Amino acid sequence: MKEYIDTGKKDTRSGFGAGLAELGNANDRVVALTADLKGSLKMDQFAAEHPDRFFEVGIAEANMVGMAAGLAIAGYIPFIGTFANFATARVMDQIRQSVCYSKTNVKIAASHAGITLGEDGATHQTLEDIGIMRMLPEMVVINPCDYNQTKAATIAAAAWNGPVYLRFGRPGVPNFTPADQKFEIGKAIKLNNGDDVTVIATGHLVWEAIQAAKRLEELGMTVDLIDIATIKPLDREAVIASARKTGRVVVAEEHLIAGGLGEVVAGVLAATCPTPMRFVAIDDQFGQSGKPAELMAAYGLDAAHIVEAALSLR
Amino acid sequence: MEYTLPQIASQVRRDIVRMVTAAASGHPGGSLSSTDFLTYLFFKEMNVTPETWRRNGFGLDQFFLSAGHISPVLYSLLARRGYFPVEELATFRRFGTRLQGHPSIEKGLPGVNQAAGSLGQGLSVGIGAALAKKLSNDPCTVYVLVGDGESEEGQIWEAAMSAAHYKVDNLVAMTDWNHQQIDGTTEDVAGLGDLRAKWEAFGWSVIEADGHDFGAIEDAFTRARSLKGRGKPVMILWHTEMGHGVDFMAGTCKWHGKNPSVEQCAEAMKQLEETMGDFAL
Repeated sequence: MKEYIDTGKKDTRSGFGAGLAELGNANDRVVALTADLKGSLKMDQFAAEHPDRFFEVGIAEANMVGMAAGLAIAGYIPFIGTFANFATARVMDQIRQSVCYSKTNVKIAASHAGITLGEDGATHQTLEDIGIMRMLPEMVVINPCDYNQTKAATIAAAAWNGPVYLRFGRPGVPNFTPADQKFEIGKAIKLNNGDDVTVIATGHLVWEAIQAAKRLEELGMTVDLIDIATIKPLDREAVIASARKTGRVVVAEEHLIAGGLGEVVAGVLAATCPTPMRFVAIDDQFGQSGKPAELMAAYGLDAAHIVEAALSLR
Repeated sequence: MEYTLPQIASQVRRDIVRMVTAAASGHPGGSLSSTDFLTYLFFKEMNVTPETWRRNGFGLDQFFLSAGHISPVLYSLLARRGYFPVEELATFRRFGTRLQGHPSIEKGLPGVNQAAGSLGQGLSVGIGAALAKKLSNDPCTVYVLVGDGESEEGQIWEAAMSAAHYKVDNLVAMTDWNHQQIDGTTEDVAGLGDLRAKWEAFGWSVIEADGHDFGAIEDAFTRARSLKGRGKPVMILWHTEMGHGVDFMAGTCKWHGKNPSVEQCAEAMKQLEETMGDFAL
């Protein structure tokens, strides 16, 4: 099993803030908007350095999406930042018509996604956003796993011509991917080569999947481990090749089973090489208040549950 | 030959009724109420031509239709202004057409900047486009048309607050105040109330004018131009009549989204002079 070093916990949203700040200096077409969540989205540095290109829209997310579309039509590259719930479900229609159907080059930066939002509870714990966004034609959906990958993905999103959904979390999580990585949209990242089971993980579950792979190796199963940061477009070839090799697939994500990466993978495999699968995700329910780690354990989103899922496929 | 604005408007109204009849679907009522002031906007006011138009709008005035269902009037005006062949109006709402039921950029119709149809979104887009002009030191103006019924959407008022906050004074929004929507009058359906007071309370400069009188229309646009750069967005409330120009369609919600029969279309044609030549069906 390849070794991955946690260089210290950092939140993925700060990776976005760092990427945005870098973009702000590199490209004067990059603009940013927020709906009263500048600090939560870590947009402070961009706002301070480029006040003319930063728009505080207030608590009016629908208007923010439309304004971004107008700026994009004029050739700017807008990043809109708010919590994942208000960046997706609340403005799905605006994103559908003013962004995707209109092919406007808007980047949606969504923070505080998933159950790890923690204490605020279910109103803010978005577990449906990946499904909502991936249903929209034209939309690219990216769910990076750590600070470094999020920063690289943010920079890659600006270079992509078209709508992109970027999903971040709130708490600090291990930062283990290379600081100098180049993020390729649509490319799976192979973290380990194994023969007995494929584990596909996205976002906060990637670190858990690494821990699970180590444990599985001790138990005699080698793991083909794939980090899927770009959920749409999916790297189909990487997924199919791995499933063909191992014949068993576990997908782990901080999302509902409905609409999530697991369903995407299942859809691809059903049509190409039907493979027994397990889904480490939340099944058709809302979250609740609690500490991120205890919620992840309670809802079965950790290394232990990935191990259990893989063993059940033996 | 040069046509007068009333002659152009008469032809546009013929186009609207004939398009909707041929497609056996579409929205004639609001198209007819918006025809006169939009004819002035496209033929006299905006500094954009079919030759100079491009989607990013840099160095040009821009128009965003938010109430996308009144696509017939937009398509007719674009065709009559020379953005695409007039004959293409016969393809309205047909399979494969660039003239989708509601405006779309998907098939690349010249003159259309943005998809519209789901109501309430276009004013926000116009604000973004106007802010982009300020960022780019482009002195041109962004125009947006919303419906009065559309103004029941919450996003319109989010945008209203935002445009004033950002002092978007290169934006001229317009409301087609025909007092009708699908289910009845705007008063019966939603108590739309005093639009002037509402827009003024949100911090806008408000102009009211008769949307069917070309003299009044010219005065209103001239006044809107004089308010540019004065720190406030501008709203022109056009007093109009739903279905204006065809007696049996006028002043009622019944023709919001209904196509006439072939006989009704023929009856309407008797009331609207053919000036620039009908498109072939």
